[in-house]
Amino acid sequence: MAKPLAVDKPIPPNPVDLLTVAGILLPTWRVAWSSVGLLASVAVAFVLDDFGLFQLTSGFIYAIAILGLMLLTGFNGQFSLGHSAFYAVGAYTAAIMMDQWQVAYYWTLVPAGTVCLVVGFLFGLPALRLGGLYLALATFALAVATPQILKYDLFEHWTGGVQGLDLDKPVSPIAALSDDQWIYLFALVVLCFMVVVARNLVRGRSGRAMIAIRDNPLAAQAMGIDTSTYKAWTFGVSGLFTGVAGALSAIVIQFVAPDSFTFTLAISFLVGLVVGGLVSIPGAIFGGMFVLYVPNLTEDFEGLAWTAYGIVLIVAVYVMPMGAAGLVKAMTAKLIKR
Amino acid sequence: MEQLIHQLLGGLATGAIYACLALSVVVIYQAIDHFNFAQGEMAMFSTFFAWQLIQWGLPYWVAFFATLAVSFVIGVLIERLVFAPLRHAPVLSHIIVFIGLFSIFNSLAGFIWEFTIKVFPSPFPTEPLFGNHYIGMHETGMMAVTLVMLSLIYVFFKYTRVGLAMRAAAANPQSARLVGISVVWMLALGWGLASAIGAVAGMMIAPIVFLDPNMMLGILLYGFAGAVVGGLTSPGGAVVGGFLVGVLENLAGLVIGSELKLTFALVIIVGVLLFRPSGLFGRRVVERV
Repeated sequence: MAKPLAVDKPIPPNPVDLLTVAGILLPTWRVAWSSVGLLASVAVAFVLDDFGLFQLTSGFIYAIAILGLMLLTGFNGQFSLGHSAFYAVGAYTAAIMMDQWQVAYYWTLVPAGTVCLVVGFLFGLPALRLGGLYLALATFALAVATPQILKYDLFEHWTGGVQGLDLDKPVSPIAALSDDQWIYLFALVVLCFMVVVARNLVRGRSGRAMIAIRDNPLAAQAMGIDTSTYKAWTFGVSGLFTGVAGALSAIVIQFVAPDSFTFTLAISFLVGLVVGGLVSIPGAIFGGMFVLYVPNLTEDFEGLAWTAYGIVLIVAVYVMPMGAAGLVKAMTAKLIKR
Repeated sequence: MEQLIHQLLGGLATGAIYACLALSVVVIYQAIDHFNFAQGEMAMFSTFFAWQLIQWGLPYWVAFFATLAVSFVIGVLIERLVFAPLRHAPVLSHIIVFIGLFSIFNSLAGFIWEFTIKVFPSPFPTEPLFGNHYIGMHETGMMAVTLVMLSLIYVFFKYTRVGLAMRAAAANPQSARLVGISVVWMLALGWGLASAIGAVAGMMIAPIVFLDPNMMLGILLYGFAGAVVGGLTSPGGAVVGGFLVGVLENLAGLVIGSELKLTFALVIIVGVLLFRPSGLFGRRVVERV
């Protein structure tokens, strides 16, 4: 917001502007932080042991799934308590391709994403008629029903029924890297790619349309935005992100079984989304790490991890409605003011 | 024919479970315009509490009514402490808090009472009514309890001042406030009532499905299905919907097998919401722009 300028006082020159005038382009904070984070993430691959890397990899995967939920809930204002279903579809698509047709793991991500895009779009079409709460109910039903569908007899030939499917571990093509390091870097690349896609999506025309629909569907429609098409596609794209995450999880864990895709998984995504911030892409990464590490921290008190989640969820709604990202923003704004 | 009667009555028996829970879903929906996703877990927690009292040697009915009282208080407290500050928050905040409560109750019950399956006693005699072999005494008793509860709720909302005040507070908070109704306490009362009804549902269901922290998830889904079928604005409709869903589920089980039970609930919920969002007995709510 532009403040009216005081006429009599000369504006002190901003040192940054002087540098720009001198032809030195300073990187913005965003670019600086992203590069530092990326470099650190790559460096970590050579520092941590295999288990630590495996955990971080899982955190990245959660982050991608949370990113998918963020596009839907944060940017488009549609609720989903059923994203575990898309995660499951992605994981099973990848697993079946690898198990039945011996497809190499890196080729499974695109088909898994595509399948979830279609499934999400198809689920999004009837969801158009359901307002906020009813959509939450329908997706809740979807999440609860998913494990049972995966166990169903008719599909057992492909899905392996209750037993699930065992997969082979991806082998590192570079001799200098161990298999775990390779998978970690692979997941990191996928995460970066998805982050860039999500960022470009929400900053572009489609993103503005999505946000407009969230903030005021009637006004958005009046401005000529095709709300139903956008909402259905957002559901699809959100499913795509989560499906890619699911496929990646099948590759990393080398195992899929119906009981890994319960309602609690959907809650985890929601926790990550709320904790990280509903509309912050870096927040999704933070949320992913949170969902990964908090159960570990509380594992001394068996079963209390979910109590911790619950309390965090409720407290988050009170004290940081915009999540950790919002909190950081508010803090830096305060510091700069001083 | 024999088998069909058997399935129908069996369906009514399970329907009674769903009807119980659907009733509590609708009572809270009436009061706060939201589904309480934590309803099932709250009922489960109450049932564990009753089980603990019975373990400590209290007679069944003492434990039963003590649990009702405690659940009522917990419901009121949740409204006053957790939801009152969020009255004007967006729907998403409410859903998040519901999910938070869901995780807290689920894992606390697991932490206190462990995840082993427990047997919960039935207050009814074991030999079936009139010597029939279709339906057990507990199921019959459960249906009776559900119907009694429904009539009590009906009388409460229709013929008492507090019931009238609650309906007024839900229908038009501002006007209700102007005629001197304490809307905030009416909401808290609604929560307490729903929580107590949920506790009854839990205690009636537990002898059949056995007691464990995860017992309610699937049943809650069917409770929602019953509530949606009957219409979210009608307690009587919710009970009918619950029975209907129970019977349909059993009949569908004959045709497609019982492995896809929850998927069936999913189809019912999505189907009804799409084609008749007001349910069988509900009012159509017109939203003002």
